[in-house]
Amino acid sequence: MKELFSGNAAIARGALEAGVTLAAGYPGTPSTEILENLAKYKEVYCEWAPNEKVALEVGIGSSLAGARTLVTMKHVGVNVAADPLMTAAYTGVNGGLVLISADDPGMHSSQNEQDNRYFAKFAKIPVLEPSDSQEAKDMVRLGLELSELCDIPVMLRTTTRVAHSQTMVAPAEPVQREVRPYQKDAKKNLMVPAFARMRRVDLDRRWDKLREYSESTPVNRTELRDKKIGIITSGISYQYVREVLPDASVFKVGMTNPLPMEKIKEFAAAVDKLYVVEELEPFMEEQLQLQGIEVTGKKLFAAIGEFSPEYLRRKFIEAGEPVAGSDEESFDGMPAVPPRPPVLCAGCPHRGVFYTLRKMKLTVTGDIGCYTLGGLPPLEGIDSCVCMGASIGMAHGAEKAVPGMRGRTVAVIGDSTFLHSGITGLLNIVYNQGNSTVIILDNRTTAMTGHQDHPATGRNLMGEEAPEVDLEALCKAIGVKRVQVVDPLNLEQLKETIKTEVADPGPSVIIARRPCALLSKEPVGPAIEVDPDTCEGCKACLRLSCPAISVSDEKAQVDPITCNGCGVCTQVCKFGAMKGGNANA
Amino acid sequence: MRNPVDVLLVGVGGQGTILASKVLCAAAKTAGYDIKMSEIHGMAQRGGSVVTQVRLGEAVHSPLIEKGNADVILAFEQLEALRWLPYLKKGGKIIINKQIIAPVPVLAGLAEYPANVLEYIEEKAPGALAIDALDKAVACGNAKAANVVLLGAMARSMPIPRETWEQALENTVPPKFLDVNKKAFAAGYEA
Repeated sequence: MKELFSGNAAIARGALEAGVTLAAGYPGTPSTEILENLAKYKEVYCEWAPNEKVALEVGIGSSLAGARTLVTMKHVGVNVAADPLMTAAYTGVNGGLVLISADDPGMHSSQNEQDNRYFAKFAKIPVLEPSDSQEAKDMVRLGLELSELCDIPVMLRTTTRVAHSQTMVAPAEPVQREVRPYQKDAKKNLMVPAFARMRRVDLDRRWDKLREYSESTPVNRTELRDKKIGIITSGISYQYVREVLPDASVFKVGMTNPLPMEKIKEFAAAVDKLYVVEELEPFMEEQLQLQGIEVTGKKLFAAIGEFSPEYLRRKFIEAGEPVAGSDEESFDGMPAVPPRPPVLCAGCPHRGVFYTLRKMKLTVTGDIGCYTLGGLPPLEGIDSCVCMGASIGMAHGAEKAVPGMRGRTVAVIGDSTFLHSGITGLLNIVYNQGNSTVIILDNRTTAMTGHQDHPATGRNLMGEEAPEVDLEALCKAIGVKRVQVVDPLNLEQLKETIKTEVADPGPSVIIARRPCALLSKEPVGPAIEVDPDTCEGCKACLRLSCPAISVSDEKAQVDPITCNGCGVCTQVCKFGAMKGGNANA
Repeated sequence: MRNPVDVLLVGVGGQGTILASKVLCAAAKTAGYDIKMSEIHGMAQRGGSVVTQVRLGEAVHSPLIEKGNADVILAFEQLEALRWLPYLKKGGKIIINKQIIAPVPVLAGLAEYPANVLEYIEEKAPGALAIDALDKAVACGNAKAANVVLLGAMARSMPIPRETWEQALENTVPPKFLDVNKKAFAAGYEA
């Protein structure tokens, strides 16, 4: 009986069915739901690691010990895990090891759109690319088998449209989980130069085996139809091509690294005109061209952003192919539609921090999480966002390099991000005697990705109670002498604390602690009421970028359904027109 | 041969589009369709514009719907109805919740919420159905059931029998909210 599965839920199901013993990862859109789904099965041990590097190392250890293993992360997570990955290709595996890289073409929820197939090429590991949920599930098993057969970690690369689309899947019975015997083998697993040199040579031997495998695996297949047009494609693009050019011949690449070059050459010879349709970089195209295969790829299709059937249709028409145009009506005269960007939630307890930082005219290095939304107008409370943990190193660098930045630069970072890769940055400030102020926005969860637990929440992925790291004690232990905890709903206290700590020479940490507004079903306080007689219509409250507040006819209004009663606007209003809300703030 | 049906559910993060699409997929599955459904999680959920694309047919390839191809658009908010209107097929059906949720750029005075949205849509898509789902949901006992009122209104335009929808609803919503949701569905269906 087929069921609807998202690509992520299908990968989880595939891991269960293929006898995975351990799974580890760090949350990141669009990969997060894999482990959330897998943990529900209870048969498989799953954990959130503090970051992707740790997750992969846990996975490598599990594989070394002989267990089938799944490690999950978003594309940029692989950057963090790159160090163990590059050498795990040398050591190879014992139990099969599959690494999920969930790429995000179009940057729906990411800071870049790197094509991680290049990472696999760099590390010399194979890549599987599913085009729907059934394939995603099947490729987990295939990947584990391939991993064991060729003694190599395997990358299973999804993209947002595969990870988050739901398609029909036929679930199967799980195999009996088995653990291979562990054998001490220094020449394989102890990568000191003498042994690593041997494994480097062996990697090429394994690569030859992978090439052969790629030529024979059924996931690389020729679909001959009309031979006037032949299309080489992979991943979700395959589905778009089938939609737009249902009669064209297709070479579907399920294993994109290494490419089945002999099979592709045969296909190329069988068709009149050859295209390669791949999202993001010309990964396949470059290799085809090196082989002298004449093919149209990035000359026609963009290397930036996401494809869609609509886009491919337009491009094939542009290339003069006989593709039916879509029947688009003209919408001239349509009223302008203002954008609806995501915003910090009504009642987000950390909104006031951005408001305050902006008012204080500080330079603020930001980090990855919901709080990037605090950088957009009208809040504009952060200046930069690069990668997980970057806020702290960047604040230190700015202050060390330019005296004028000293005493006016602040780093803001979330609790989960701080534990991911902020600790080392803070340690660096202490060690190198910087004087930055770090604000940890402690909302007691990993909010942006949908509320995952982490080492400071007191729960683990399996839903059990877990030790809760004490952030104050942690910061003090690495040498920060000044650690303050504030309630971010109290703007006066917040401002005074920031002022003092920024002025103080030496490192300091301010922990702004309030749980994410979405975690609690109860509002923080009664909804705010506006006294229209007192309201001057100055619109100062709009600077909070709160979705509950609007101004019409020169009077502020608060939507009682959306309002969470946090009371921050009552502190921003100079005329005392906003009434009620959280009494503690 | 089942005729393909392409449905867009559009709204604002937090309005309950996901539950509605779940019920739709459950009903379509019982009715024997191949289904592909696409939605984007993450950043967009924070009060941003959200869209779920559902494609039903004999064998569906792409999870994405092309412009000018949607048979049905279910819009949970007026501005979102306007934003996605170019996706509606000629002769397609659009159902619009009359609710207005101003986006932050409008709240902040940086942009204008367009006037006469419903009139424009009605002119472009004759037969557009605008309903006050919030009012109807409140009358059924819970404002949060507005999404199910809308679902009921859409169900009427779909080639799936009413009993199949009701069964799907029963299998999807928590038992304690079933009564109010059944009422809400009926209120929409009969709108």
